[in-house]
Amino acid sequence: MRDVRNVAVPQEISPGTGLHQERLYGWGMTSPSVAEVADPTALEQLSELVVGAGPRGVIARGLGRSYGDPAQNGGGRVVRTTSLNKILNIDIERGIVVAQAGVSLHQLMGTMLPLGWFVPVTPGTRYVTVGGAIGADIHGKNHHSAGSFTQHVLAMDLLGADGQIRTLTPDTEPELFWATAGGMGLTGIVTQATIAFKKVETARIKADIWRAPDLDGVMAELAATDDKYPYTVAWIDCLSTGKNLGRSVLTCGDFAKLDELPAKVRREPRKFAPLSLGTVPPVPVSGLLNKMTGRVFNEMWFRKAPLRKEGVIQGVGAFFHPLDGIMEWNRVYGPAGFLQWQFVVPFGAEDTLRQIVERISAHGAPAALTVLKRFGAGNSGYLSFPTRGWTLALDFPTNTPGLAQLLDGLDEKVLEAGGRLYLAKDSRMRPELLDEMYPRLEAFRKLRAEIDPHQVFMSDQARRLHL
Amino acid sequence: MKDSLGAAQSLLVLGGSSDIAMATARKMAALRTKKIYLAGRTSRQLEDNAAELRQLGATVEVVPFDAAATEDHDKVLSQVFANGDVDVVLMAFGVLGDQAEDEKDPARAAAVAHVNYTGAVSSGIVVAQALKKQGHGALVVLSSVAAERARKANFIYGSSKAGLDAFAQGLGDSLVGTGVHVMVVRPGFVDTKMTKGMEKAPLSTTPEAVADAILTGLRRGSHTVWAPGAFRYVMSGLRHVPRPIFRKLPM
Repeated sequence: MRDVRNVAVPQEISPGTGLHQERLYGWGMTSPSVAEVADPTALEQLSELVVGAGPRGVIARGLGRSYGDPAQNGGGRVVRTTSLNKILNIDIERGIVVAQAGVSLHQLMGTMLPLGWFVPVTPGTRYVTVGGAIGADIHGKNHHSAGSFTQHVLAMDLLGADGQIRTLTPDTEPELFWATAGGMGLTGIVTQATIAFKKVETARIKADIWRAPDLDGVMAELAATDDKYPYTVAWIDCLSTGKNLGRSVLTCGDFAKLDELPAKVRREPRKFAPLSLGTVPPVPVSGLLNKMTGRVFNEMWFRKAPLRKEGVIQGVGAFFHPLDGIMEWNRVYGPAGFLQWQFVVPFGAEDTLRQIVERISAHGAPAALTVLKRFGAGNSGYLSFPTRGWTLALDFPTNTPGLAQLLDGLDEKVLEAGGRLYLAKDSRMRPELLDEMYPRLEAFRKLRAEIDPHQVFMSDQARRLHL
Repeated sequence: MKDSLGAAQSLLVLGGSSDIAMATARKMAALRTKKIYLAGRTSRQLEDNAAELRQLGATVEVVPFDAAATEDHDKVLSQVFANGDVDVVLMAFGVLGDQAEDEKDPARAAAVAHVNYTGAVSSGIVVAQALKKQGHGALVVLSSVAAERARKANFIYGSSKAGLDAFAQGLGDSLVGTGVHVMVVRPGFVDTKMTKGMEKAPLSTTPEAVADAILTGLRRGSHTVWAPGAFRYVMSGLRHVPRPIFRKLPM
């Protein structure tokens, strides 16, 4: 009845440029559109592709990990950056790396961990590009201690609508620099960035793992651990009800010192060898994830966690990117796809957070794994998401009955509490709410109108949300 | 842009006074559809429909459009698309005619075919091209169960819908890979002003129920929608009934 997702699109290759028509969607596999896609291997090609973009404009796309539609541009042009993937310079002494936009964090870890340096910020997947990390101004488990990704970018090169490349630093061009941080690719295409890395003695994490019995418990525990660990996160169960509502597993830690490793590991302390457990097959498994299986899964996962275990030595993959072990895990939601809903509300809005979790639990929406974390202070990014407060991220299959109304109601609650939604995750919010959530949106639009009056940089998300 | 839950932001209705289209537009306006174009022949009904949708918070534009005036289609519809993306186009115009009268008057019979089929081909081509340029969007075509097999009681209308239905299926197949989704909707007897005063047929339905079926189909990306759904099986049976028997059936 519905079209199969992997239908082969007629490939109209025009020789020389590599331009072809392709159907693109985000990580959630929802609302696809067809664009003219190119995969440039040199900066001159990239520049030509921008200058020669048609009336529907162009947008950069990295590894396609945004959940919704920011890296697609129906009827227009989409430029993949993944072939511009060279690490251009490494300063081993100071841990400063110059990398092209299409370099992935996976690649950076593989290169830099053996040298004793780690990416300053990593999200829940390492399959994101440097360009995407800046465009979404990504955050990780260390936001409360280190801020978001762009705060560690010392300089970046930005290709503008005129096809010219400008070098931006927070000192020389603060406005354009901070409009690009979290600007969802709408200020231009980042071609390379200079990133300050974090010094580590080993490639292992020393983690403390323990359970919290309910939502109030986990909030208290997280609040008490901010100063103690640079990396903290809680996985919370939003499907349990009653006194178990919000029961959680906290995982907090830091990179291990050399003498903290067991003797066997100490021989190769900075080896980066994340496990791959295989790929989810391309067969529809729609309906596999429902309220029932979600509950069973959460129960197993909660029981599996220790009551309290300290000093657990984990690899980077296991600690930061547990889902990266299963390639294309987004397929478990079947052809209907899924969405992720992530918000932040300021500290003090704990009641709002509690009401939201209660409503989701009452609705029975099968949000299998849910992540709760405390953000530190925000930065100067015009559309950068993190601000001081609680952030919660949940996955929902899009065929969940009543999901549109449920989330519309929850958006209102987030807004009332002075919170906002994350653009890198959004695929469905009402555009009217955005101005209030992002007070600097109007200034962003103004700046964009100045530097790109013809809206050469354009995406489906920008059209949907009137960015 | 259609969102991840299937809700569209903009809608163009061809045949803006249709009851089914109006029921669909109402439901869409309640969710995300805040830009609506009602295209149709100027009438009181069309203006009333626009006013009602404005009450629901949508920005509504009435577009003078005559399905029979095929020479104007390109100009009129291209202007709509020039204002911005259209996520869903609902082709809802059509005339039932009066079979008994039309059989006596070839001009009247041809007019039914002209609006239902020729008008749809012409406007359908314009819309398909415009949607293709966007790289996304849906064209919903209101066909009829009557298109599945012509009955002696209304074969003029039925054959025009059969032509429309075949056109829409072929168009949909030709657009695979372009991001454009064509969906054929085959309602049975719907209780509307078009069928006012007629005796209700079995499995009759309401504009609201057809609208629900349309929205579900859009969300799922269906190619064909029957309303009510049972017609899929009824018609697949009926189409295999031998003609000597079919023509004697009381319908």
